[in-house]
Amino acid sequence: MIQFIQACKRYESGHDALSNVSFELQQGEMAFLTGHSGAGKSTLLKLIALIERTSRGQVLINGENTSKVKSRRIPMFRRNIGIIFQDHQLLFDRTVYDNVALPLIISGQPPREIARRARAALDKVGLLNKEKSFPITLSGGEQQRVGIARAVVNKPPLLLADEPTGNLDPDLSWEIMQIFEQFRQVGVTVMVASHDLDMIKRLQQRILVLKNGQLVGDSANP
Amino acid sequence: MNDRNEPLFEDVEGRDRPGLLTSIKTYFLRHAQVFFYSLGILWRAPFNLFMTAAVIGIALALPTGMHILLNNAQQISGGWDGAAKVSLFLKQKVSDKQAQLLANKLRKLPEIAEVEYISKQKGLEEFRERSGYKAAIKALDENPIPATLVVTPKLQHNDAKQVEQLAKQLGAYKQIELVQLDSEWVQRLYAIMDIVRRGVTVLGLMLSIGVLLVVGNTIRLAIQNRRDEIVIVKLIGGTNGFIRRPFLYTGFWYGFIGGLIALILVFVSLLLISGPVENLAGLYQSEFSLHKMDFGTIFTILVLSIGLGLGGSWIAVSRHLHEIEPR
Repeated sequence: MIQFIQACKRYESGHDALSNVSFELQQGEMAFLTGHSGAGKSTLLKLIALIERTSRGQVLINGENTSKVKSRRIPMFRRNIGIIFQDHQLLFDRTVYDNVALPLIISGQPPREIARRARAALDKVGLLNKEKSFPITLSGGEQQRVGIARAVVNKPPLLLADEPTGNLDPDLSWEIMQIFEQFRQVGVTVMVASHDLDMIKRLQQRILVLKNGQLVGDSANP
Repeated sequence: MNDRNEPLFEDVEGRDRPGLLTSIKTYFLRHAQVFFYSLGILWRAPFNLFMTAAVIGIALALPTGMHILLNNAQQISGGWDGAAKVSLFLKQKVSDKQAQLLANKLRKLPEIAEVEYISKQKGLEEFRERSGYKAAIKALDENPIPATLVVTPKLQHNDAKQVEQLAKQLGAYKQIELVQLDSEWVQRLYAIMDIVRRGVTVLGLMLSIGVLLVVGNTIRLAIQNRRDEIVIVKLIGGTNGFIRRPFLYTGFWYGFIGGLIALILVFVSLLLISGPVENLAGLYQSEFSLHKMDFGTIFTILVLSIGLGLGGSWIAVSRHLHEIEPR
């Protein structure tokens, strides 16, 4: 599903955020990406979502070389990836329901389908009773669950999360991770960047360790 | 994607691709929704909407009003043109009798309706009465006023070109010293109106560019205000077209409402001056009344202002949207 082949990213400032990163993640596999801040976790996720492009090497997503994806096609490309952010990135002037329905509106689903799927996604994260609320009235954990519902509502085969539990207490973090685990069980490839090593170890999934832009540890290839 | 059939949620069967007809229907439904949604957003800040729309309205009302007044002026002078007369000043040595003969000859011409003969003596008397130079004229030992034939062309020959043609023809008579078209001043008026018309066109063009910039700037601010939203929509797969849509419709609404304001302003202005104009026309025993806007003008103004609204937002959107990318 995800294949990095000697991927490098050098920013215009000359800073090497990633150098020679190679790994492969199968469909339905879950992996944690860890390392100190500035180790290149976010950059790696950005290369997958085509927010940044590789400077050298290749990144293949579902067999497609990301450097060959034209700018015009990036929106279509991103519709197959659900992205979850540390700061949720919700629209605060719209209801929870409207936030979750947005990806379906963007991809041009008919209204009935939108209502059905948005409610199913909200139900999945346990927020069906909050669909008419505005995000500002929700707790941090609830906001993050809205973010997850929005990321999965289009049924993407790949889910990326950048420090999804960064601002949450341990119990809530564990709950969020359990939701990710459930998606993995139905065949979604999940990649989570996190520096919460204790929790990651308890989840017993593959762990990729980045240090200064290099992959220094992979629990699947010790 | 090979796992598209794998259901994520047990309660939703995986139906990902809607049919073509459904897609088309959904597409138009979305357009309609964004169309009214963008109006709703504007309506939430009615003062801002009114300010921008009023700027557009005033900018468009000015050239529109002037255009309508010009058309009216042309109509009035068009009426005067019909009464064009040609004055033939005869040579000094032409006698009274010869002049009468010439007048009779001219009366037989098919283009001419009427010929009035003003003898040297009569001309002098008229001049003395009207000019106020009585004393100066007394001092002259010879009558300097030429005998004159005032020719009125027939109605079917009274447009400017034909009258000019006639004047040329009459100038060929050896008794005639000078041919003076009374309609010359009308032509001068036309020339002046041509200049004014050109001026109104230039003014209209400049104000249109102004409207374009006003809408462009307003939309640019709207884009800056919704920067975060644009980033989010781009991150979850929104195309540029999808992001552009609400801003273009916002431009449409600015143009439409601005156009309505322009029409109202012009209508009210015409109403205000139509009373005095009819008064003035009455003093000239004229039936003239101010021509108001016709449907063509109303339609043109609305189309133009909507076009300017769309154009302005298009400029803003195409200049600023690609600058906003997720980082």
